[in-house]
Amino acid sequence: MPRALIITTAGINCDRELGRAFELAGAHPEFVHLNRLMAQPRLIDQFDLIGLPGGFSYGDAIAAGRIAAQLMRRTLYASFVRAIERGVPIIAPCNGFQMAVQLGLLPGPELGQPWPAEPPRPSAALAQNASGRFIDRWCAIEFPANTRCIWTQSVQLEPSTALLPIAHGEGRFVPESDDLVLRLAENGQIAVRFSESDNPNGSAANIAGICDASGLVLGLMPHPERYTSWNQHPFWTRLSPAEMSDEPPGLRMFRNAVAYVSEKRQPLHAARKK
Amino acid sequence: MQTAVHRIEVRPHPGMADPRGAAALREAQSLGLKRPPRSVESASIYLIEGPLSDRQIAQLAEELLTDPITEQATIGASRPKADSMIEVHPLPGVMDPDSEAVQSAVKAMLGVEVAVRTGRRFDLHGADSKTARQIAQRALANTVIHAIHDQPYHPAQFPHGLPYELRVISVPLLEMSDAQLVKLSREAHLFLSLEEMKAIQNHYHTLGRNPREIELETIAQTWSEHCVHKTMKATIRYREHIIDRKRPGIAMPGRPGHDVNPDGSVTIHNLLKSTIAAATHELIADGIDWCLSVFVDNAGVIAFDDRNAVCFKVETHNHPSAIEPYGGAATGIGGCIRDIIGTGLAAKPIAATDVFCVAHPDFKDVPEGCLPPRRILTQVVAGVRDYGNRMGIPTLNGAVWFDNDYVGNPLVFCGCIGVMPRDKIKGHPRKGDRMIAVGGRTGRDGIHGATFSSAELTDSHADEFSHAVQIGNAITEKTMLDAILFARDHPFSGGGCLFNAITDCGAGGFSSAVGEMGKDLGAQVHLDRAPLKYAGLSPTEIWISEAQERMILAVPPQNVKALLDIGREHDVEMSDLGQFGTSNGELVLLYQDVEVGRLSMDFLHDGLPETVREATWTPPHSPKTAKSKQPRAQPSISDALLSLLAHPNVASKRWIIQQYDHEVQGGTVIKPQVGSHGQGPSDAAVITPVAGSNRGLAIANGLATGLRDDPYLMALAAIDECVRNLVCVGADPRKIAILDNFCWPSCDDPQQLGALVRAAEACYDGAKAYRTPFISGKDSLNNQFTTEDGRTIRIPPTLLISGMGIVEDVRRCVTMDAKAAGNLLMIVGATDDRMGGSHYALFGAEAGDLPHVDLKSGPRVAAAVAQLITGNLVRSAHDCSEGGLLVAAAEMAFAGVLGLRLDLSRMPIQTNIELAARCFSETPSRYLIEVDPKNISEVEGVLKTVPHSVIGEFNRSSRLTNANGEFDVPIERLRAAWMKTLDW
Repeated sequence: MPRALIITTAGINCDRELGRAFELAGAHPEFVHLNRLMAQPRLIDQFDLIGLPGGFSYGDAIAAGRIAAQLMRRTLYASFVRAIERGVPIIAPCNGFQMAVQLGLLPGPELGQPWPAEPPRPSAALAQNASGRFIDRWCAIEFPANTRCIWTQSVQLEPSTALLPIAHGEGRFVPESDDLVLRLAENGQIAVRFSESDNPNGSAANIAGICDASGLVLGLMPHPERYTSWNQHPFWTRLSPAEMSDEPPGLRMFRNAVAYVSEKRQPLHAARKK
Repeated sequence: MQTAVHRIEVRPHPGMADPRGAAALREAQSLGLKRPPRSVESASIYLIEGPLSDRQIAQLAEELLTDPITEQATIGASRPKADSMIEVHPLPGVMDPDSEAVQSAVKAMLGVEVAVRTGRRFDLHGADSKTARQIAQRALANTVIHAIHDQPYHPAQFPHGLPYELRVISVPLLEMSDAQLVKLSREAHLFLSLEEMKAIQNHYHTLGRNPREIELETIAQTWSEHCVHKTMKATIRYREHIIDRKRPGIAMPGRPGHDVNPDGSVTIHNLLKSTIAAATHELIADGIDWCLSVFVDNAGVIAFDDRNAVCFKVETHNHPSAIEPYGGAATGIGGCIRDIIGTGLAAKPIAATDVFCVAHPDFKDVPEGCLPPRRILTQVVAGVRDYGNRMGIPTLNGAVWFDNDYVGNPLVFCGCIGVMPRDKIKGHPRKGDRMIAVGGRTGRDGIHGATFSSAELTDSHADEFSHAVQIGNAITEKTMLDAILFARDHPFSGGGCLFNAITDCGAGGFSSAVGEMGKDLGAQVHLDRAPLKYAGLSPTEIWISEAQERMILAVPPQNVKALLDIGREHDVEMSDLGQFGTSNGELVLLYQDVEVGRLSMDFLHDGLPETVREATWTPPHSPKTAKSKQPRAQPSISDALLSLLAHPNVASKRWIIQQYDHEVQGGTVIKPQVGSHGQGPSDAAVITPVAGSNRGLAIANGLATGLRDDPYLMALAAIDECVRNLVCVGADPRKIAILDNFCWPSCDDPQQLGALVRAAEACYDGAKAYRTPFISGKDSLNNQFTTEDGRTIRIPPTLLISGMGIVEDVRRCVTMDAKAAGNLLMIVGATDDRMGGSHYALFGAEAGDLPHVDLKSGPRVAAAVAQLITGNLVRSAHDCSEGGLLVAAAEMAFAGVLGLRLDLSRMPIQTNIELAARCFSETPSRYLIEVDPKNISEVEGVLKTVPHSVIGEFNRSSRLTNANGEFDVPIERLRAAWMKTLDW
């Protein structure tokens, strides 16, 4: 069974449901404290999947995810890059996304370029919601057809199920330039968008989540791990049995990643050994 | 390189959005100033004291404190460019959670120990400095905890505490006269009565010495109303003066612990035990076998399934919230969460609730010394939001009740639910266990919180008790929770728990936590071993400080190392303060090995003199609303409906609900807002406490303050409402546990105590009739405010009933939003026209008597509705509460985006009543259910003799209409009216 590393630290609070989502998708979640990981960065090499969970790491002091990202930039950046290079899918919802962007993992190097040796200067920010408020609700979303993201591939969405829950105060995607958004869109690195009419935080180009050029690393403000059973849907009591016949989209995303490591990673791994 | 205070300012890049500035502008504009600012710019200020080079400061500014995309930093202070500016900084000693996180980040980055303070700067365009200061005082700061500057603040150094030199203070109590005792009690903020002071004096006479200060403080904390509930436990002589023969008194003979005296008065021995707890014990004796721990621990515990238990506690944090609503509410929820962590051998918190009672937001007559109601509400919401969200606990049920009598003394109820393995529901310290303090450091904050909360508020309390007010640090509590749960399920000792007992440091701090845990064994405490926030605290201050986020564990010596290792990995400070168990069971307090206090646990816990208190009840002469002699012209049914939907008690609380993460942990299966657009008010929330199981727990509350004129009827109505809410989502009414929270004006007034007795008697009657045992409760009995000119504003007597009910299978839950056109709307339960205390009565009509709960039929109606729901015969269900049937029906229709045609001539009624009463009467024990017409005969077969009828049909018309044409309103207008009032 693939092993999923769930990184916890002071203030992380979505670790259990993230672990549960991996478990439902067929992986074995293991929870490791950031303090232990920073002392033994090589631990990361033992895992097939990684989750950076949501929450309020270090209270989101200064800005959401800032302190955790600063700590990881110093100690774990190289380990993450090594993991991506050996084909480890990484999911970073909410606070995880905020960390991943400031850590320099997202959006990552341009297509075909190698990962820099040192953590790069961030090229986007997740700033305070335009409303100035924390907001928890379900938003209509779409997965752009051209996305490279391995997590969202071929997840079919119906109007009544194309939703994901958000719960954040700092999720407004601000790119360093308009060019970045164009490039991300062209390269299929926009993994999740809020529907045009349902952008809850003022994100540029309705961006809800992006992936790196390999499609392995997904950072997103919504919480797919809170959409792994139908009765988490905000109005499941209105859905017909037909609408609920398939697995919920959140769980499908985790299944994609687990299937990816089970199938595609084998040859990749083998290729390396040669 | 020298130690200096460096200042770094961080603000959005020009052209970037400034949501914080925009929010400040919104708040400023809500104040109704003559010349509000045109725009506001915000900046974060970091003051860093430490031996840092310019390069290091620049590095911190660039890498740690500034976002490279959206922000820019200035080292030092930028020149004010706007018309005015203000800066808000926490006062010295006030908890600044961000500063602690920044300090450790700086240490990790540079290896340098620094001290950090944070602040916020606002530059105001279009407002002069006088206006700016006004805005700061009213909307952006609270001078109880903040300093407001009108220039950039850059101190040369931070204030530092001076080292403490030990002095053991003896209080000359033995020689004091009665008058001197009273004076001492008041001036030392002990808030003890003369009888209590004399009992202490006698005790020390026997010992032949004067008490030391720390001993007196310990007794005052332990004996405070807040800690010991002496009113609820007192002997009460109760007298009823019945004037109206139609409204007889309560039948007293035969009630447990009640003696009817020859003069007609009744002596009640321990009100709590004789009413609320008595009902629970009678129900347990009568076969309810799922109550696992009631009234003895920090929370009440019931069985959830074969392996797990759930526990529930609701606390109030009223007085701190009156003075500093943000910190008061946050530390209120923080304390309640610790109660759950401190239940048995630690439960995991899985849900939070909050109920607020405040004055109307537009109330103008706000007395000196009170904060504006809108600010109180926005700040208590922010406090619960910031603490609950950071803790990762879904806040998913609540209510807000508006009444201007709460202006000086708002109520903040915070509840928390936890889950734990059934083999971990009890903990007991053993002799020789180490006393390990876990979590936050001890400071001077929160001193005298217990006695303060037991006293009455006055206009000068904000100054006098500012040290009782605190700001919480949720992350300290979250890391503590993580470490404790890890230690509870310790993997290296075979899933064993590393500690024998746990309790939280709430009111009274270490003094009450250790006093409680060491009650039977005694304890020896080395107060100098407690880690402090700053130097200079005396042993007494350490002992009674109510600094937040601290708990005490009793740990067998051989487990201490494993526990401390867990603490290190989780960044949780743990300190060994001493041990449980002394040779003679005494409490011994030491500082640097010098004895500073010694107390007999027996006297501490049993020495409180029993008091006999007088209580009377005289019913109000006539229902309150009948006062207006000339009834105003009544609004049309449609206008009344629109006004009722817009009434703040009824109106959508979306503004609050969406600020709470009510879905974290992933177990919220019925959310607080339901329907296809999330615009229906759910009656209750449902969670799945055990991941992977479809067994659920429904959570709801009942509050019927409108019936304040008779607390007996008010309490019954609250219990009935709580049960209705739970039943409506699919809870099993045979497995509902409830909690009581009394918030009352001063019960030194026999009439108020009489009102309390009536409410408590109703709790007994209601719990027994519904077979809903009380498992925990709390009271706060001094909620009134004395204005500068001596006027007393008493809160309405307020009883919150909180409940949780087992849901056998969450896949059978129903929500309140109407599902399909063609389905029928039925009412279950009979309606009468007793409209006293109803929201309709606010229009000034002759409202009549207060509604009664029928204790025979109420439980039958609930059971019938529950049977229909588990039988899959109900598509939606909603309880009729504030605003009555028509409000509930309208909510169902707009939540489901459907039209509804009603025929109210067909509803079951007790007497022939007018249409307005049919629409708006708030008769309890009524439910609206949506039924597929093909199931109607099966439904009627279940309901049999329970009053019911079909009263309408959902359709696609987008209108709410009545068969006889008395009303016809677009659904969208109803929805808009309901959404608008509190859409802040």
